[in-house]
Amino acid sequence: MLRALGRHTLSIVHDLGDYALFTTRAFGAVMRTRRLGRRLARSVYEQGARCLPVILVVGLFTGLVLGLQGYYVLNRFGSEGLLGTLVSLTLVRELGPVLAALMLVGQAGSALAAELGIQRNSEQIAALETMGVGTHGYLVTPRVVSALLVYPMQAALFVCVGLVGGALSGSWLLGLSPGVYWSAVERALEPRDVSQCLTKAAVFGLLTISLCAYHGFNTHRLRSATGARAVSASTTRAVVQSSIVVLCADYVITSFFV
Amino acid sequence: MSARDSGILLKAEGVHKRFGDHVVLAGADLEVPRGSVVTVLGRSGTGKSVFLKCLAGILTPEAGSMRFDGAALDQGDAAARAEFRRRCGYLFQSNALFDSLTALENVVLPLEQTTDLPDKEIQERGMEALRQLDLEAHRDRHPAELSGGMQKRLALARAIVTRPELVLFDEPTAGLDPLRRNAVFTMIAKYQRQFSFTAVIVTHDVAEALVASDSVALLDGGRMRFQGAPAAFSASDDPVVKGFRDSAAALSETLHALRRGENIESDES
Repeated sequence: MLRALGRHTLSIVHDLGDYALFTTRAFGAVMRTRRLGRRLARSVYEQGARCLPVILVVGLFTGLVLGLQGYYVLNRFGSEGLLGTLVSLTLVRELGPVLAALMLVGQAGSALAAELGIQRNSEQIAALETMGVGTHGYLVTPRVVSALLVYPMQAALFVCVGLVGGALSGSWLLGLSPGVYWSAVERALEPRDVSQCLTKAAVFGLLTISLCAYHGFNTHRLRSATGARAVSASTTRAVVQSSIVVLCADYVITSFFV
Repeated sequence: MSARDSGILLKAEGVHKRFGDHVVLAGADLEVPRGSVVTVLGRSGTGKSVFLKCLAGILTPEAGSMRFDGAALDQGDAAARAEFRRRCGYLFQSNALFDSLTALENVVLPLEQTTDLPDKEIQERGMEALRQLDLEAHRDRHPAELSGGMQKRLALARAIVTRPELVLFDEPTAGLDPLRRNAVFTMIAKYQRQFSFTAVIVTHDVAEALVASDSVALLDGGRMRFQGAPAAFSASDDPVVKGFRDSAAALSETLHALRRGENIESDES
């Protein structure tokens, strides 16, 4: 049992090192990759524009629910006027970057893992290697760089829409004055909160997109499955691990900021 | 005399490759003269594609040496490998076309990513390659919208657009009917002459290989059992070569024997 535990631990350490090298190679290829701009624009479109509907819908409903729940709790203490504070701080510090990252993992991350997995299975990645094209630079670098740009923007958008959702449920449905709500939002938020939100989003973007790319890129190394099942297994693994990493990284970053 | 002087473009010696306990290549050698068409024959599962992938650097052999145009190709020598890849094209058995890109985008991809040519010249060279392979009218189609033969031609266009000196063909006729097999070999012979590249073809189509090649090699038991001119292959007394060469005749004899009611033991080894 001890031997099995040791083997498992070594395997995890090996995989972590491999993942770190993979991500480093992707950044190392930034200067070497030709015509990176075009691939970057496509990645920004995939992670940005194509994920916009889900960010808008989830952001709005998160704000609506926060407004409802917050109003009823604060109402017990006669502090409805603090609803804007509660909604804004909750969204900016935690829910905005975390939920936006989880949504992006579900849409852009899973699509990336599956796409790279299929490209690996159909020898498209091997074809790039035979052509002398840097596979990390062509396939991974634009996605990771794009995540560093897009995730903070998506998190900011999520927060804005969430604040509107909070205003909708708090003011228009439950009768709180919009002026009270928005002035509480303005008073509550500090530049530090915004920088925490954007930093978290950028870190989540880097971790999740590189993790999804890593699993898709290495689909052929899976021993438990081959072919379509390997693509399915690597995509599932990418999404599950990315989701866990978002929550763990959230705790670590929050503990630094608090 | 160096390999460059002797006109040998690619030389592989003692290539070993195993997957776990399964030894696939146990010291395979191959010499590819410049400007020639060399065909590697062998039964299914003997490691022909593995050997080709070792030559291309897609797989890393455990042992053995390779020289390209006289220079050693060590796995650790990234510069030599990069130079080899720049001068080598590879046609995959599955074509390995990028299904999300159009035909023209597929063809210009290696130029865009490995050269500093201006966009206009890249597009012109891509169109020229498509034109030479009669695919000009399909430039905006995706690979899934093309027939099997067109996809094969598109893969060849992509492999030769960088004007390589060596093109490796992995089972270019696998799964094709005899007419299409002939068409593919004709296409390879035609463009090999037109673009003057050296070709290594992996296949198990003996008849076509003997007609289309300058040199034939037979991979058996992880080693090259034979390499020589097609005429020497046809005349060889080696029992393995004979068995492989005369497999069609052997099948005919077996079927006649079965029709006569004789008991034939199958050999699946």
